[in-house]
Amino acid sequence: MILPWLILIPFIGGLLCWQGERFGPTLPRWIALITMSLLTALALWLWTTGTYTYAPVPGADPSWAVEFKAQWIQRFGISVHLALDGLSLLMILLTGLLGILSVLCSWKEIQRNVGFFHLNLMWILGGVVGVFLAIDLFMFFFFWEMMLVPMFFLIALWGHSSADGKKTRIYAATKFFIFTQASGLIMLVAILGLVLVHFNQTGVITFAYADLLKTKLSHSTEYILMLGFFIAFAVKLPIVPLHSWLPDAHAQAPTAGSVDLAGILLKTAAYGLLRFALPLFPNASAEFAPIAMILGLIGIFYGAFLAFAQTDIKRLIAFSSVSHMGFVLIGIYSGSQQALQGVVVQMLAHGLSAAALFILSGQLYERLHTRDMREMGGLWNKIAYLPAISLFFAAASLGLPGTGNFVGEFLILIGTFVSAPWITAIATSGLVFGSVYSLIMIHRAYFGPAKTDAVYKGMDGREMIMVLGLAVLLVLLGIYPQPILDTSSATMHGVQQWLGTAFTQLASAR
Amino acid sequence: MHAEHSSLLFLLIALPALGALFNGLTGRKLKNDKLVHTVAIAAVAIPAVIAWVLFFQLAGMDHHNRALEQTLFNWIHVGSFQIDFTLWLDPLSAVMLLIITNIGALIHLYSVGYMKGDASYYRFFSYLNLFIFAMLCLVLGKNLLVLFLGWEGVGLASYLLIGFWFEDRENAVAGKKAFIVNRVGDFGFALGMMALFVVFGTLSPAGDGGINAQLAANPNGFDTNWIEAAAILLFIGACGKSAQIPLYIWLPDAMAGPTPVSALIHAATMVTAGVYMIARMNVLFFHAEFASSIVLMVGAATALLAATIGLVQNDIKKVLAYSTVSQLGFMFVAMGAGAYAIGVFHLMTHAFFKALLFLASGAVIVACHHEQNIFKMGGLWKKLPLAYASFIVGGAALAALPLVTAGFYSKDEILWEAFASGHQYLLYAGLVGAFMTSLYTFRLIFIAFHGEAKTEAHAGHGISHWLPLSVLIVLSTFIGAWIHPPLAGVLPESAGHAGGEAKHSLEIASGAIALAGILLAALLFLGKRRLVTAIANSGPGRFLSAWWFAAWGFDWVYDVLFVKPYLAISRILRGDPLDHTIGLIPRLVKAGNGLMSRTETGQLRWYAASIAAGAVLVLGAIVLV
Repeated sequence: MILPWLILIPFIGGLLCWQGERFGPTLPRWIALITMSLLTALALWLWTTGTYTYAPVPGADPSWAVEFKAQWIQRFGISVHLALDGLSLLMILLTGLLGILSVLCSWKEIQRNVGFFHLNLMWILGGVVGVFLAIDLFMFFFFWEMMLVPMFFLIALWGHSSADGKKTRIYAATKFFIFTQASGLIMLVAILGLVLVHFNQTGVITFAYADLLKTKLSHSTEYILMLGFFIAFAVKLPIVPLHSWLPDAHAQAPTAGSVDLAGILLKTAAYGLLRFALPLFPNASAEFAPIAMILGLIGIFYGAFLAFAQTDIKRLIAFSSVSHMGFVLIGIYSGSQQALQGVVVQMLAHGLSAAALFILSGQLYERLHTRDMREMGGLWNKIAYLPAISLFFAAASLGLPGTGNFVGEFLILIGTFVSAPWITAIATSGLVFGSVYSLIMIHRAYFGPAKTDAVYKGMDGREMIMVLGLAVLLVLLGIYPQPILDTSSATMHGVQQWLGTAFTQLASAR
Repeated sequence: MHAEHSSLLFLLIALPALGALFNGLTGRKLKNDKLVHTVAIAAVAIPAVIAWVLFFQLAGMDHHNRALEQTLFNWIHVGSFQIDFTLWLDPLSAVMLLIITNIGALIHLYSVGYMKGDASYYRFFSYLNLFIFAMLCLVLGKNLLVLFLGWEGVGLASYLLIGFWFEDRENAVAGKKAFIVNRVGDFGFALGMMALFVVFGTLSPAGDGGINAQLAANPNGFDTNWIEAAAILLFIGACGKSAQIPLYIWLPDAMAGPTPVSALIHAATMVTAGVYMIARMNVLFFHAEFASSIVLMVGAATALLAATIGLVQNDIKKVLAYSTVSQLGFMFVAMGAGAYAIGVFHLMTHAFFKALLFLASGAVIVACHHEQNIFKMGGLWKKLPLAYASFIVGGAALAALPLVTAGFYSKDEILWEAFASGHQYLLYAGLVGAFMTSLYTFRLIFIAFHGEAKTEAHAGHGISHWLPLSVLIVLSTFIGAWIHPPLAGVLPESAGHAGGEAKHSLEIASGAIALAGILLAALLFLGKRRLVTAIANSGPGRFLSAWWFAAWGFDWVYDVLFVKPYLAISRILRGDPLDHTIGLIPRLVKAGNGLMSRTETGQLRWYAASIAAGAVLVLGAIVLV
């Protein structure tokens, strides 16, 4: 019964926050904080007590570390079917952790409708946990769409409009919603297609993951259905050219929105690829792999160039996410155990480092009331500790060894190198580009002569704990990633086998 | 090879790391400069003592199994990719360890005086400790990935220290340039590691089952193309860190950092990391003939090119920077010629005399109120006797003055090895390079220290001033050359090991050339300098000095080839053209909406007419089909 609670806790907590506002604006914050701490604690408890050697592998019914099943709509074979393995556990852990941080970073930033804000925040996180747990495809789609709505409100109601007034928060929220909604519908069609094919073969209507895995698909059907899933995940990851909602949404969202978007929502896409797109359609995915890798390459460089060209510090970080997710995409389609494990580390590390960078730029905004780097400069001596900590996360973002980002990127690259040396070689040069945009951010904001005589207030305890905590976690992930790797090992082994077998078949067919 | 366990190795990297953390976290609050430098110096000096203890322990061991190791934890284990965080001390890393900790401690001491009163005193020492930590990871890492951790760490420390006075944008730009150019090299290094992993299934050069052992046991069992490719890729990394053509351009700019930093990082230790890495991978490079010949060529070309640039620079630190680039080129010549032990020997002596020269130039710069142009100095020898003595001894060692200097013994060996490995033309190139070295070194000394005095100068004082300089003066003489690193067990014997008659003639020749360079420098730059002015004002002289002064235009070429296109591309992409492409869809929808809504005119005639037209169309279609 613990799995439904993982989803219910944020939803119930959200309702309590909403009603708690009657007793003043502070109560919802505390309720939200306790809710997220509870979620994180539960996830940690699951991590320490569970065994994560069970995971779906090809050729057998999927086995899980924890599973929960209840009938829902029997007529269509839809059930409330939740399951947990190493990968989903790590993702939930990240969700809980960043949930705590997004509550903390909104502590002073959000002053209007505090209760409703936290309702939305909690419901986003609840939806995300649902995505990570659902293994009934209908449930998965339900949560996938569900998390968009509170996110829409978060950006539309508490966001900032851009300084020149050209891009409003409503515009960004609408763009985000339409992009993800439209792509979600394509996935729904693909899901229904898969269910129908399965129905034609067996006479049973079911949305269950375990059953659908056994569906035999003709070559072209498999490819088309795979594309349906891929496009939905491609928009969310995001993959160039479907990325353009991301910078707008990030720039206009409140800090907590950016933290959740970059830290968790993007990861649902990578998770979806690993959990659904590859296992359900291994042969089509293997055939599609070169295209996906090239899309990943384009993402790395397009994101890097655009990050460099930005003047808005939040847009810079947003585009750097596009670049980093390019590495993730390459790793996912490499079919190598090292690269897939690298993908897991990279997802966690990017979640932590991007969240920290967004939190830091939020803290800068609270002091300077601008996100425009042209108006910054020479801030190093003006704000105690903040610049040095920013520098640390910039170094993490450019993949400096000793941080989790390096472990992730290097594992992805060395794993991919065996099968695709040229793609890896080009992707590796992305490390140079990464350092260009990371350093230019530090350079523009903190170095050079000071622009004003104003001295800004230093960081308080809350601000300090958030970013230092993230820094410590990132270093831990960089120096001792083994517990993480062990947890996700079984899941990634399964994914590797699905794709690996398909690769061998593809090679022998040629 | 059997390595003994030693739990002291851990302390070597832990202490500097703690020192950096302590000062970085508390320095701003405590504001106690004395505490700052006490902690920082202790964080290097204690490892220096430990280093000597370990060195003697190594020396006492059986010379086939001279190694100590300590595994701290499993770093990354994924399938066949098994990386442990293991520290490894063999004679090669011991030499580096001694250089880094001892010279490092001296330079920390020197910095106490040099950085006195700086507002960010704690930040400086924190970075300096961070550097020592990373550099020790680099030399002690048994695995190439641990080495890479240090490799990138020293890059970060170097970036921070070059841009230490960041209020001046130029300093920050120089730091950024250093980091990014180094990253280009790291791109090669990273790919090289991947290639090595594909071929050998491990990233560990040393120890049982390591790359060196595998190759030595089975020299023909591996694909030569992969070996060559891996070696070339690793060398690209070395070119970045050790400032060789085509990636040397960051080092002269790196002189923007405080002078102790130039001495420690950009002369004695970090820039030699590439040389160390090749020595570490010596069996690989030994079996990669093509790659080795590239190392040889690049080294020789860099040695000559940097020497010509050094001849025409005005900035005292820039002259020394180019001399570092040039000397590193000599080390790579040794590496390419297979004389790994000789290269490491020159690395060591160079660390002594170049650290000395930089520290002395720091003394000169401070004495002249931060004037760095040698033509605005002059006649300093009376006022700054210790700096003058340092420059004479260090400069003589750099110029490889025969018999009395440390540089003579190591540089001569390199020239001899280049010759003995069958590259005669390299010997000539080396001799030309040696001649230019003594010429530009003594040009600097004669211009800055002789002639008429142009500035008021105040000599430095205190133990932090004279102790480091005096120790390094002693080490830069023939006494430093007595320290022969016991590398026989780790690095192979080179072609010219046996020596012979020809070696003595070479020694005499190169000694004579060094003296000739000094004499020519005296002729040109002592006294009225009429001759040199005439040469400089002649047509070719003007052209060459302008061209060389601009460092052969490398920066300009890179600006045109890389920087400008990069900026142009990002300008083109700034507005996110793909967003506009996707944005066509809503625009089309809106346009369609506009078009369709125009038919809603509210006029009955129009509706009746369109109904009729529609009916005709439908009927026509039915009839025709």
